[in-house]
Amino acid sequence: MPFNIQKIRNDFPILSRKVNGYPLVYLDNAATSQKPQQVIDSIVDYYSNYNANIHRGVHTLSQEATDAYEGARQKIQTHFNAKEAYEIIFTAGTTHGINLVANGFSEILKKGDEIIVSAMEHHSNIVPWQMLCEKTGAILKVIPMNKEGVLIFSEYEKLLSEKTKLVFVNHISNALGTINPIAEIIEKARQVGAAVLVDGAQSCSHVKPDLQKLDVDFYVTSAHKMCGPTGVGILYMKEEWGNKLPPYQGGGEMIAEVTFEKTTYAGLPHKFEAGTPNICGVIAFGAAIDYLNAIGFEEIEKYENELLKYATQKLLEIEGLKIYGTGPEKTSVVSFNIEGIHPYDIGTIVDKLGIAVRTGHHCAQPIMDFYKIPGTVRASFAFYNTLEEVDALVNAVKKAKMMLS
Amino acid sequence: MTIEAIQEELIDEFSMFEDWMQRYEYMIDLGKSLPLIDENLKNDDKLIKGCQSKVWLNSELKEDKIIFTADSDAIITKGIIAVLVRVFSDQKPQAILDANTDFIDEIGLKEHLSPTRANGLVSMIKQMKMYALAYQTQLKN
Repeated sequence: MPFNIQKIRNDFPILSRKVNGYPLVYLDNAATSQKPQQVIDSIVDYYSNYNANIHRGVHTLSQEATDAYEGARQKIQTHFNAKEAYEIIFTAGTTHGINLVANGFSEILKKGDEIIVSAMEHHSNIVPWQMLCEKTGAILKVIPMNKEGVLIFSEYEKLLSEKTKLVFVNHISNALGTINPIAEIIEKARQVGAAVLVDGAQSCSHVKPDLQKLDVDFYVTSAHKMCGPTGVGILYMKEEWGNKLPPYQGGGEMIAEVTFEKTTYAGLPHKFEAGTPNICGVIAFGAAIDYLNAIGFEEIEKYENELLKYATQKLLEIEGLKIYGTGPEKTSVVSFNIEGIHPYDIGTIVDKLGIAVRTGHHCAQPIMDFYKIPGTVRASFAFYNTLEEVDALVNAVKKAKMMLS
Repeated sequence: MTIEAIQEELIDEFSMFEDWMQRYEYMIDLGKSLPLIDENLKNDDKLIKGCQSKVWLNSELKEDKIIFTADSDAIITKGIIAVLVRVFSDQKPQAILDANTDFIDEIGLKEHLSPTRANGLVSMIKQMKMYALAYQTQLKN
């Protein structure tokens, strides 16, 4: 399908609304993406036509809902190229997936074992491991980054040892847009026998990871970052890990047999999907994956790179503007500040002009501490943004600068 | 001047402007005349929680009135706290406790009143009223 930006924009009803009297320019895609009509329709269709609980019912509606739910799992398996559909576990989102893995490792780790995380992690990627370390006596090690916002690979290699049990890194940094070399990170971890968990929350709307090729142990992401609904995500785990890790929550769906003496757990993936899942969310997630694939990830990546290049060039023309995260491999995120102006002030003014950007520490305070700044203004682009919207941002930032300096 | 009179004065001043940009520019200007908190007092104790930017607020009792001084690292926030200091500083604790804050809506800063907004205007007012309550209790004893 040729990349037709106008046609794509027409798919997103929200993009035609006004904010503070101006046409909405939505540049907070790293926080959450907007939803196309196709995804919205799939939600309405589910509740209008075949809402029922899944897996156990013999009636027609239940069967239809089950087929749609498991059909979405297969779609997602194909999309991420997982070996088996049951290696895809539905979660409430990335954070839930991370906590599920951390909980599993609390039974595996021993005192003195080590977990490695990167210096550019989201708070939700730091806290569960700190909690895990407190509980097990394991030690948390951090891969440092350089001034360009790129992980120092040689330092990572130095941290690895036979004590390393788990390496945890985001595929793409939410605050800087840096793409981490996960294939190399996984390969090195393999050599010491450590497992690797990759957080794909920021990457899955831009690139299509091949999980078998990456040979990653765990991969987590959220549907809402990729045009799907909030409250649903996936945890991919290799079958061997799925069998090894204990269940996270007890409840319906995750059991095979229950007596008051003993419960046998269900197999994968149900072992980790206790209770009635987010059926509608999962089905809509499938619709979102279909939507993105119909446009094509190569097309998306190419177009977003154009937006990034143009935005970077135009923003840098503003005197005193500094971009954080300037590594060679990055996605369409521009995190910046203007000398002498607080990011919050810029965010407030551009919002009055209808432009949605994020300001603050982006839940990555360690990165802000590293640069010794209170936060940044972050504009993050999606394939439905336009070059004209980049111009609108640049003009708004110029206006803000004029008012604020 | 009473709190009500100062609020009326601010409503008058802000009513001269036609659009939000002029109002914001005026507020930024007001920030420049904010009685600044002593640099030595800019510590965590004086920091108001709930702001994306930093806001330091100090209070002291002079005779029976509270004098506020403040500062912020963001200039819109500094403008907001300057408006509040102008309204509430040099007032008796009871008057501060009794005051309502409807004028904020009338001067066109309504969007800052939402408790979920990260600028902390609501936290600033709450903090000022807390100080007033503390001094009020002190004065009664």
